[in-house]
Formats: sequence, structure tokens, C-alpha cells
Amino acid sequence: MQDVIEGRVWTLGRDVDTDGIISGKYLTVIDPNELKKHVLEIALPEFAAAARPGDILVADENFGSGSSREHAPQALKAIGVAAIIADSFARIFFRNSINLGLPAIEARGVRALFETGDTARLEMTAGRVTNRRTGRSIEFPPLPHHLLDLLEAGGLVEKVRAELAARTAGAPA
Amino acid sequence: MPASNGHGLTLAEKVLSRASGLPTVVPGQIVDGNVDLAMMHEQGAQTVGPFHDMGAKAVWDPERVVIAIDHWVPASTEGAAILHRILRQFAKEQNLSHFYDVGNHGICHQILAEHGWVVPGDLAVGTDSHTNMLGAMGAVATGIGPTEMAAVLALGRLWLKVPPTIRVHVKGRLGRGVRAKDLILRVLKETTTTGAAYKAVEFAGPTIESFSMPERFTLCNMTTEMGAKCGMVAPDATTEEYLRGIAKHPMHPLQPDADARYERTIEIDVDDMPPMVACPYSPDNVRPLPDVVAEHVRVDQVFLGSCTNARIEDIRDAAALMKGQKVAPGVRFIVSPASTSIYQQCLHEGLIDIFTEAGAVFTNSSCSACFGGNMGILAPDEVCASSSNRNFPGRMGAKNARIYLMSPIATVATAIRGEISDPREML
Ligand code: SF4
Repeated sequence: MQDVIEGRVWTLGRDVDTDGIISGKYLTVIDPNELKKHVLEIALPEFAAAARPGDILVADENFGSGSSREHAPQALKAIGVAAIIADSFARIFFRNSINLGLPAIEARGVRALFETGDTARLEMTAGRVTNRRTGRSIEFPPLPHHLLDLLEAGGLVEKVRAELAARTAGAPA
Repeated sequence: MPASNGHGLTLAEKVLSRASGLPTVVPGQIVDGNVDLAMMHEQGAQTVGPFHDMGAKAVWDPERVVIAIDHWVPASTEGAAILHRILRQFAKEQNLSHFYDVGNHGICHQILAEHGWVVPGDLAVGTDSHTNMLGAMGAVATGIGPTEMAAVLALGRLWLKVPPTIRVHVKGRLGRGVRAKDLILRVLKETTTTGAAYKAVEFAGPTIESFSMPERFTLCNMTTEMGAKCGMVAPDATTEEYLRGIAKHPMHPLQPDADARYERTIEIDVDDMPPMVACPYSPDNVRPLPDVVAEHVRVDQVFLGSCTNARIEDIRDAAALMKGQKVAPGVRFIVSPASTSIYQQCLHEGLIDIFTEAGAVFTNSSCSACFGGNMGILAPDEVCASSSNRNFPGRMGAKNARIYLMSPIATVATAIRGEISDPREML
């Protein structure tokens, strides 16, 4: 996990739900590279064609509400989103993102700080996000340790893999 | 380190104490909970890859894993067929025998309920956001994503942040033509879609005590729309009666302490409460039904189905109003029971005849039109009245299609008149 992430910002409104991120008609698509073509098709139709790896999403309250579909953070990750910063997240989306190793940062007031096209500088452990254009920044409570560890490990798959491997190694022959 | 601060525990705190083996827990504390039941539907196909990538060899306890396919049953696209096949192969490889496949299928949450898979005191997780519904059993039941499910299958546990609890205390009697669905819409109006984010919602009070299990399921189901981690009702004689003979595991009926600490209590008196409707495009955009009726909102489609409201009680209630009436010309009325056994009950009770004679289409049990990916999809500008739980843009098809959420009986009134209608005018 990078401790400091800098990237071009796309802003989104409040209550962007999982249907707005990946609509129900793509739920049988498993390949993230296919999914990414349809990412944010409803909520921000111009995004998929213009997104660049390393971009950062800045959203208002309740980002990712709705279903448990992991397609949503998967597609965002596949298209190269480096982090999502929101005033608040819906809980399953938040968990799914972190589990996939995609930083989801809750920072109250962040949406008001940015316009699309600005550059955001995100300091994960310090708990600060800065708009490079305006110089304004806000602070947020950094993620709890075990979530930072999870991101550090590269996501839940890597973390459990390490745990299972340690278990096997420690088991009596 | 959070420590007990000398007050009692809410129902969610009690269940999470049990799941984590700790004498007490406090909101905000992160605990490792042992999972009593893990449920997967089609999204579970995405669990298989991460499960293997983790280096996991065997599911922690095949007796505590249920697979129920429901979104596309029978498979309506090649993609869905592949998801089903992945799950069948995984079930075979891992000896997962509790697989509710085509012919024995139903909406996953209904399958868990009617087969007694979740019992009081359980920590249950599922790869669907409406797993909250099972909290009606006095359990903590919540939705997780497929990668997280892979970790649960490998380890039998997951981390949880102990949620603060909102208590919804309800008194009074529902009036004629007013249903549990109207109550939960009324609560959503209060909480909005974010007001219970990451929190537990505990329903209590004389009205809730008088509710049947199906009514409690409807309430807990839509706590998902409030952003809640779980919705719960303390177990009582009604719960025990429902689970008699079907409970798959021993029950641990836990009760909230009298001095439990709630973040907030919402008091609702349902005496004189009218039916409610959630207008586009959010489940919290709730208005009294008569106000919307006054606007003469024409509908193209009506859907009676979903995990929120397609149990036998809902369909009987709807059929009583439908009987001898016709669906309005130009309106498509889709009725989809929540499980195969409910379908069979409808068949035996003659309810299918009532709907089909009225001009409705009575479908096989599945999620059906609820999510816009299977059948009953809406064209641009169309309007739909639905007994389901979500009306976000694009939920049932076209982005600008307008969905109004209401009780099953109100969907029938609407189907008959062809515009959003109040069932009380027809009873
Ligand atoms: S019926 Fe609708 S809300 Fe319920 S599980 Fe199926 S798609 Fe989800």
C-alpha cells in the first residue's frame, strides 16, 4: 500500500448506488476487464472512456449503497482507480473495497473540497487529504490498524493466504 | 481497549458477544466472530476463485454452508448458466450438500427462513445485501462480498465492528389495508437511506410482538435500505413456533438487557397510519399513499415479488383483492412467489388461477423483475409499482424508469386501476 496517493479527481454526488456503478445487467460478467467498460455507466457516463489509471474518485455521502455486488469495486479497481474518498460509504461496498485492496477513505467534507479535474493528495496514515490546486486540506480519522494491514497485504486474499500458509507450516508433521 | 462500562447489552451486542466468545462488547470494538451460517447465491461464483487463491483446501464446515441460486432461475443467459455451473462444481468438490438448485429453488433469504437455517443467537452471513432479513430470527445476519465469503469459507469467521443500535419502538394496530411494508417505509422516511449506516436496528414494542414471522421478515429485509448492518427482532414464542421442527441448529434465544444503551430510539404509533409509498428514485422518498393517488400516476407494469414481499401470506392477501377482478388494459402484472414451496402452495390453494384469470402473469419463483437483469425489464420512461425494496435509477431496467414501492395489496389495487391506488378503497 502506498502511504501517499496522488491523482486526478472525478467528483460524484451523494447516494451513488451499486446499480449506478455497475448495472444489474452486467452481473453475470466475471471478467473485470470487461466490467470496467461499463463502470459508472449510470452515475457518471463519461468516466469509463476517459478514466486514467491512478485517478481518484471523490464522492458525497453514502457511496456504494445498495447491493453486495463486488463487481462495483472490482470494476473501479480494474479501470485503475487508485482510491475512493467519500463523505461516507455504504458498509458492504466499504468492506468489499478494502478486501480487494482498493483504499476507501471516509473523510467528512471531502466532496466540498474538490471539483472534477483537480489533483488530490491523500495521506493514508497521517489522515489528510489536500486539493493541490486550492491548497485546502481536511483531516480524517485514519483507517484502523487491521484495515491498513489488510491494504498493506494487498487485500484479503493475500492476508488469508499468509495465515493459512503459517498454519500449515506450524502444523505437526 | 474498550471495556465494559457497566450497562446492559442490546440484542446485536448480545449476539456478537456470543459469536466472538467475549463476555461483553461495546460499539466500535472490532471483534472476530465465529460464523454459524454462510449463504451464497450466484454471486458466490466469485467466491470460488479467491477461495482457491487463498490456498484454502476445504470449507471449514460444509454443514453450515447453504447455496441457493435465485437471480436467474432457470438460467436466462449463458453468463448465468456459467455462474450456476461454477457453483455446482464447487459444491461437488467441497461436499456442500445444502444446494437449492433449479426445481428446489427460491430466493436465497426465503430458503434460509423456510428451512430453518438461521436460528436465534446466530451470526449469519450471505453474499447478498438483504441477508439482513434473517435478523428477524433474533440473529445478526448481514451481507458480505464474495471475496470476504471466501475468507469465511476458509476460516469460519470474519471481523466485525460492533455496531451501535437504533431501537425502533412501535405501538398501535395497523389499520385496514395497512401492512408491515407500510410500516417499514414509514421507518425509512425517518431514518433515510443513510440514517442507520453501519448500525443495528432493533424492532420492539407491542406491534412488533403481535407481528407474524413474515411481517418481521419484511421489516428486517428493508433495514438494508437504511444502510444498516443488521435488523433484528428479539426471539419470542412466535419465533419458536415458526422454527419448530425445521430449525437446523440449536437455538440460543438472546434478549436485549433492560438497561441496554441505544444510540437512538424511534417511536412510531401505527394507529391511523395510512399506507405508504416510496417514490422514485430512493426507498426513503416516502409519502402517504393517498397523496400519490391524488396525482393519478399511470403505471405500465406492476410487480408482486421479491424477498421483501412474496411469501404465501403476501400472495394470499393480494389474491383476496384480485379475485374476480381484472388487470387494467395495457398493464403488465407480474407475480413471482419467493420460493418453489410457496409456488406449490399457491397452486394448491387456487391462487395461481386467480391471478392468471385476472390477466396477470404468474411466474416461476426467482428474484424475477426485482433487479433488472433477468425478466420483466422496464423500457425508458416506463412506470412500475412494485412490492420489492429498491427503486434506484436503473434498478429494474432503463435508467429513467420510475419505480414506486408499496405493499403487496397496494400493488393489486394499482394493477386493477392502472394507476397508483389505495387498496382501502376496494376492501
Ligand atoms: S428479490 Fe431482489 S432484493 Fe431480494 S435477493 Fe433477489 S434481487 Fe435481491
